[in-house]
Amino acid sequence: MKIELTEEQSMIQQMARDFAVRDVEPKARELDKEGRWPAELVARMGELGLMGLAIPDEHGGAGADNVSYALAMEEVSRACASTGVIMSVNNSLVCDPLYKFGNDDQKKRFLQPLASGQKLGCFGLTEPASGSDASNMETVAEDKGDHFIVNGAKNWITNGPHADVIILFASHDRAAGAKGTTAFVIEKGTPGFTQNARDHKLGIHAAHSCTVFFENVRVPKENVLGGKGMGFKIAMSTLDGGRIGIASQALGIARAALEKATEYAKVRKAFGEPIANKQAIQFMLADMATELDAARLLTLRAAAMKDKAVKDPSIRHSKESAMAKLFASEAATRITHKAIQIHGGYGYSTEYDVERHYRDARITEIYEGTSEIQRVVIAANTLKG
Amino acid sequence: MDFELDETAVMVRDSAREIATKEIVPRAASIDREGRIPPEVLLLLAKNTMMTLAVPEELGGADVGVVAYSAALSEIAKACASTAVTMSVTNMVAEVITTFGTDAQKKRYVPKIADGTLRAGSFALSEPEAGSDPGAMRTTAKKDGDHWVIDGAKQWITSGDFAGVFVVWARTGGAGTRGISCFLVEQGEKGLSIGHHEDKMGLRGSSTVALHFEGVRVPESALLGELNGGFKIAMMALDGGRIGIASQAIGIAEAALAAAVEYAKERKTFGKPIADHQAIQWMIADARTELDAARLLTYRAAYLKQTKQMFSSQAAMAKLYATEAAGRICDRALQIHGGYGYVKEYDVERYYRDVRVTRIYEGTSEIQRVVIGRSVLG
Repeated sequence: MKIELTEEQSMIQQMARDFAVRDVEPKARELDKEGRWPAELVARMGELGLMGLAIPDEHGGAGADNVSYALAMEEVSRACASTGVIMSVNNSLVCDPLYKFGNDDQKKRFLQPLASGQKLGCFGLTEPASGSDASNMETVAEDKGDHFIVNGAKNWITNGPHADVIILFASHDRAAGAKGTTAFVIEKGTPGFTQNARDHKLGIHAAHSCTVFFENVRVPKENVLGGKGMGFKIAMSTLDGGRIGIASQALGIARAALEKATEYAKVRKAFGEPIANKQAIQFMLADMATELDAARLLTLRAAAMKDKAVKDPSIRHSKESAMAKLFASEAATRITHKAIQIHGGYGYSTEYDVERHYRDARITEIYEGTSEIQRVVIAANTLKG
Repeated sequence: MDFELDETAVMVRDSAREIATKEIVPRAASIDREGRIPPEVLLLLAKNTMMTLAVPEELGGADVGVVAYSAALSEIAKACASTAVTMSVTNMVAEVITTFGTDAQKKRYVPKIADGTLRAGSFALSEPEAGSDPGAMRTTAKKDGDHWVIDGAKQWITSGDFAGVFVVWARTGGAGTRGISCFLVEQGEKGLSIGHHEDKMGLRGSSTVALHFEGVRVPESALLGELNGGFKIAMMALDGGRIGIASQAIGIAEAALAAAVEYAKERKTFGKPIADHQAIQWMIADARTELDAARLLTYRAAYLKQTKQMFSSQAAMAKLYATEAAGRICDRALQIHGGYGYVKEYDVERYYRDVRVTRIYEGTSEIQRVVIGRSVLG
C-alpha cells in the first residue's frame, strides 16, 4: 500500500489543473449557455497530450498511466464537464480499444492521429432501441468477403458531429447475439455514413452528440477491429475503462460544486452570522466531502487496477470500475443537489455555476452504463464469489 | 499509487482470520447470549500479538502498523463485534501509553497488556453528563503531597470491570478542555469501584460499566503526559480509535453481507433463488460498493497515521462513513433474510444490534461531521 501519487502522476495532475484553470474554467459558463463546441480547447488538449494520455508515446500518446488519466479527467471536468467528456470519449472509448485490439496497421493509421489529437474519435454502440441491452442491436454488417456492408443507426454519439473516426459495433449475425457482434473503425466521409443535427440535452451542452446513420456503407475488412465476432468483448472491456473516465468526470463536477458551496457558505449571512456557522450547513458539507473522498478512492483504486491489468491481462477490474462509476456518479448528484440547496435561490439561477454542475452531473448516472447496469455487474460478481 | 495490502498486513490479517474462524465464530452466539467474553479468548488474542499490533517490539508489541491492525480488527469483528471492541480499546490504551508514557510507565504496563497479564486496557473519558463534550467533565484530581486524589464518576466504560489498567481523565485545572489531565490507574485501587453494568441492545459480550472514584490516591508518577495536557491525548487517542471502530463496523458489515449472499442463493421465492431477483441483487450491489468505499476510507486513514501524516479528518470520514454504511448494510442483510433475520437463530439479528453502537461511541456521527465540517471550512 502506498497511497501517495508518484512524481509523474502529480506532474500530470498539475499540468491538467493549470490548463483547466487558465484555459477552460473562464469559458465554461459561455460554452454551456451557447452550447458551443470548444474546438480551441480540444485542439489544446491534443497539444498537451490529454487526448491520448494513457497511450504509449510510439503510438502518439503521452505514455502516462491510468491513475494519471483519472486525475487529469477530474481536473478538466472540474472546470467544464463538457470538455471532460470530450476528452474521456477520445481517450477511453476510442484510443484504448484501438491500442488494445488494433493491429499494427490500424494503430498507425488510426491510433497515431487520434492519440496525438490531430483527429477526434467517437464510439458507436448505443442504438435508438438498445442501450443497456447492448448485444440486442439492430445495426447489421453483412460479410461480403473482402468487405462488409453496414446498415443501421446509432444514437447519443458524443463527439459525433465533430469526429473524424467512429468505432462502430454492428451485428454480422443477429441470431448469435453478443457473439455475432463485430467492431469496425470507420472514417468520416465514407459514402453512406451520415449524421443528423445535434441532440439538445439537460446538461453537458458543449459536448455535442448526435445520431449517426449507416446506409449501405462499404467497410473494408482491414477496418475490422480485433477480429470478426469480437465486438461485444471489445465493447465491454472498453467500457470497463470508460467507467473510470466517467467516474472521474463525476468527481470533477462534484468537487467544483463542493468548493463553490464552501465559499458561498462562508460569505452568505443568515440570522446574523455566516451560514457556515450553522450545523445544518456544516453537516451537508461534511457529508459532501466524505462522499467525494470515498468516490475518489474507489475511482483511483479502479484506475490503479487497470494499470496493473495493462501488465497482467489476467487482472480484471470490471467490478471495481462499476463500483467507482456507480458511487461517483450518484454521489455527484447528491453533492451538486446539496450545493444548490446551500446556495438557496441563487443556486437555481444560471448566474451561479452550481446550476450547471447539477445539470451536468445528472448524465453521469446514465451514460457508459446506467447505475442499474453497474449494479448488475457488481451483484453478479459478488454473488459469483 | 497502490491500495493493496503489503505482505506483512496480509499475513497479520490471515492470522486474525484463522483465530476468528477457529476460535471465535463458534463462540460468538454464546458470548452474545451470556454477556461475557471467555478470558481464554482474550488471552489467545494477546498471545497472538493482537492486543498490541501497532506497538514496538521492545515493549512486546507486533509493530506491524496501523493498516495491518485495521485489517486484523475487521477479521475479529466479522466473528464477534464484542471481542473486536475489547481488542480495539486495548490496542488504543497500549498505544496511548507507548506514545505519551514515561519509560517507567511503558515498561510497567505495555508488556503486560501485550502478554495478556492485564487482560485488557480500559479508557475512562466519558461521564454521565460529558460524552461528545469532554470539556464538561466533572471528575477531579487534586494534588495531595506527592499523590493525586481522584474523585468522580465515569460512564460507558468498556471492559471496566476486568481491565488491568485504566487511562482516566480528570480535571486538574480550570474549566474547559485545558484543565484536564490524564492518569494511569490500576484495577483494584482503593476507592475505585465498579458501578452499574449496562444492559445493552448489542455488543452484549463486551462489558460496559460505570466507575466510581472516591478518593482514589495515585502517585505523581501516574500522571500520563503533561499536566493539563489530557485533552490533547484524548483527541489523539480518539483519532486513532476511530480507525478501530471503522474497522469494527466494516467487519460486522462484511459478515452481514456474506450471510445475506449465502442466504439469497439458497432461499427460493416464485420458483427461483431470491438472488435472481433484481430487488435482492440491488441491495447486494449497494452493500458491496459501500463496503468497499468504507474499506478504502479506513485504509487511507490508517495509512496516513502509520506514515505519521495528518489523519484526523480522514479518520473522522472513515468512522462516519463506515459506521453509517455498516448500519445500512446490516439492515439490508436482515431484510434479505425476511422473518429469519429477526430471530436469534440467524446471526444477522446480532449483527444488526451490534452495529448500531458504532455510530455512537468514540465520537458520534454528529461529532465526526463537526470535525469534517471544520476541516472543509478551513
